[in-house]
Parts: sequence; structure tokens; C-alpha cells
Amino acid sequence: MRKTNLQRMKLHVKYDIHVSCKIILQEQLDKLQLPYTITGLGEIEINESISPEKYKALEADLNKYAIEIIDDPKNVFTQKVKDLIIEMVYMEEANMKLKTSVYLSKKLNKSYNYIATVFSEVTFTSIQNYINLQKIERAKQEIIEGKDTLTEIAWKLNFSSVAYLSNEFKRITGLTPTAFQRIIKMRKENNFTSEQ
Amino acid sequence: MKHDELHILLADDDDDDRLFFKDAIEEVKVKTVVNLVNDGVELMDYLNDPSNRLPNLLFLDLNMPRKGGMECLVEIRSNNKLKDLSIAIYSTSALEKDIEETFVKGANIYIKKPNDFEELKSILEKVININWQYHTSGFNKEHFLLNL
Repeated sequence: MRKTNLQRMKLHVKYDIHVSCKIILQEQLDKLQLPYTITGLGEIEINESISPEKYKALEADLNKYAIEIIDDPKNVFTQKVKDLIIEMVYMEEANMKLKTSVYLSKKLNKSYNYIATVFSEVTFTSIQNYINLQKIERAKQEIIEGKDTLTEIAWKLNFSSVAYLSNEFKRITGLTPTAFQRIIKMRKENNFTSEQ
Repeated sequence: MKHDELHILLADDDDDDRLFFKDAIEEVKVKTVVNLVNDGVELMDYLNDPSNRLPNLLFLDLNMPRKGGMECLVEIRSNNKLKDLSIAIYSTSALEKDIEETFVKGANIYIKKPNDFEELKSILEKVININWQYHTSGFNKEHFLLNL
């Protein structure tokens, strides 16, 4: 880690994770000259049978971007559930009022009971717990960006009040949002995480 | 990368603590592979030896002879090769000041060593489960902080 007194410039970037990933996939598939269609969130159709060598090469190329080919059907299904949950957590506020169980079973065309069973079998956690974790992850991001107050973040994430958000934050991370904010700020001043 | 098991390393100089830890972790639902080292010097040798597979999660005692946990923490966080490693501080202190200092220096998890075996089991269950979700869901590890 470098510690210099050079002048620095701070850049803030905003990205659409779905678009970024799609471009990575396109580039890697083009590189191997595979005919493909990207059919949806995390789903690609290869329009020919793929040789084991090419499959290995694709797997290795994608791994560099922490993208993984999943082949167990239960893992594929669970990944779909996770993607839907993430979509839901990052949706515009109004849509978050949807009931999770209804939303998931409608999107996946399976009973909620089935979805929940497969999910916890693969992830060792419940859907509700996973949603709570994802919501707190989003709250962390918003806190770090620092554009919104806690009240606004609580509203965005569909918590009924700041107190409820703070309690949930503390329950999941063991820290209050304020302590979290302070630690991340001190870390940056300490040159951690910001330079890699 | 296959998500079938979590590799764990414990650095602790106390024989009893190491034994309790191993027994407790065997009862956790996520499959784990556990390796043990006795102090900070052994720990850094282990991590710097390219023939060893890097752990996903390191439990680090603060009070160790030869090289203490805090020194190891700083060394690990200044090594780019080890940046994906989640670090859980495993300490007898519960002072807010100590907790924040380790977080600022790059720890992800702070665990106050429990006195009771059942409590240790439930703490490990929670830590490993959350770490597993981070490991398998691509969460941003830079913001992974957990205080127990």
C-alpha cells in the first residue's frame, strides 16, 4: 500500500451492474467465437454444442471477473431467486411494497414453499434472512455514498422508521449505522480499501 | 471457484481455545476445512507459503507470543495478494476502542471470546453463515463489518 503526499483526485463512478456484466459476457463469448444469445438475467444460450476445451476456456475467462458457470440445477434455481431478490431490493421504492412470496412464486412459476425449501437447502439460510442481509448491504452503500440522510434511506428501503432501520442494522452487523459510517471514514483516512 | 466448502484458518496460541474452536466448528451446517497455527509468525509463514491454499476466513487471536494479532492484521491488509481474506478478530477484550481500532485497520468481524461452549457454537454458526453468504453472493467485502 502506498502512502504518498501526491495530490489526489477523487472520482465517483456510478455503474449499472447488469449492463456491465452483460458487456463482459459478450466480450468473452465473442473472444471464443461462440454463437450465443443472452436470454435473460444470468442466462446464455449457446447455439452450437460447445467443445470441452472451449467450455474450460470460457469458464477460466469468466472466473477472472468472478463470474461462475453454474451447472447444478438447484444452484441455478437458487441463483435465479437471488437475482430476483436483488432486483427487488434495488427497485424503485414504490415497487418494494410487493409481497416477496407472491412476487417470487409468480416470477418463477413455483409454489413459495418449494422455492423456500430449495433456497435454504443450497444457501443454509432463509429467504427472509437473505433479503434482510441484502437490504442492509444496500443501506451500507447509501450510507457510504452519503447523499441521503438515514431517514431518507429508511424510506427508500421500505423500513417504517429510522429507528427500525437502525435496529435492523445493529441486529445484522452488530454496529449502529453511525459507528459503521465512522469506521469506514477512518479506514479511508487510513488508506485502507480506497487504494487497490 | 467451487462453492462447496469454506476454508478456515485459526491463529491462537492457547491449546484449550484451539480445541474448543475445532469441536464447535464441526457442528456448523456449512461444510468447513479448518487449519490451525500457533502464533503470528507461523500465521504469516503459512499465508506467504504459495503451496498452502489461502483460507476464505481467518480467526485471529490478538494476544499471541512472538507476533501479535494486531501486527498480523496490518501486515495482511497491506498485502494485495491477501485482500480477499475475511478476518475475524477473536479476542478477550470487549472494549469499544479495541473493536473500532481493529475494524479501522481492516478487520471484518470482531468476536469477544465466549466462556461457554454453546455460545461459541452459536457465534461460529452465525459468523460462518454470514461469511458464506458474502462468499457465495459476491457482496462487497470492503464493507463487511460484523461485531458480536
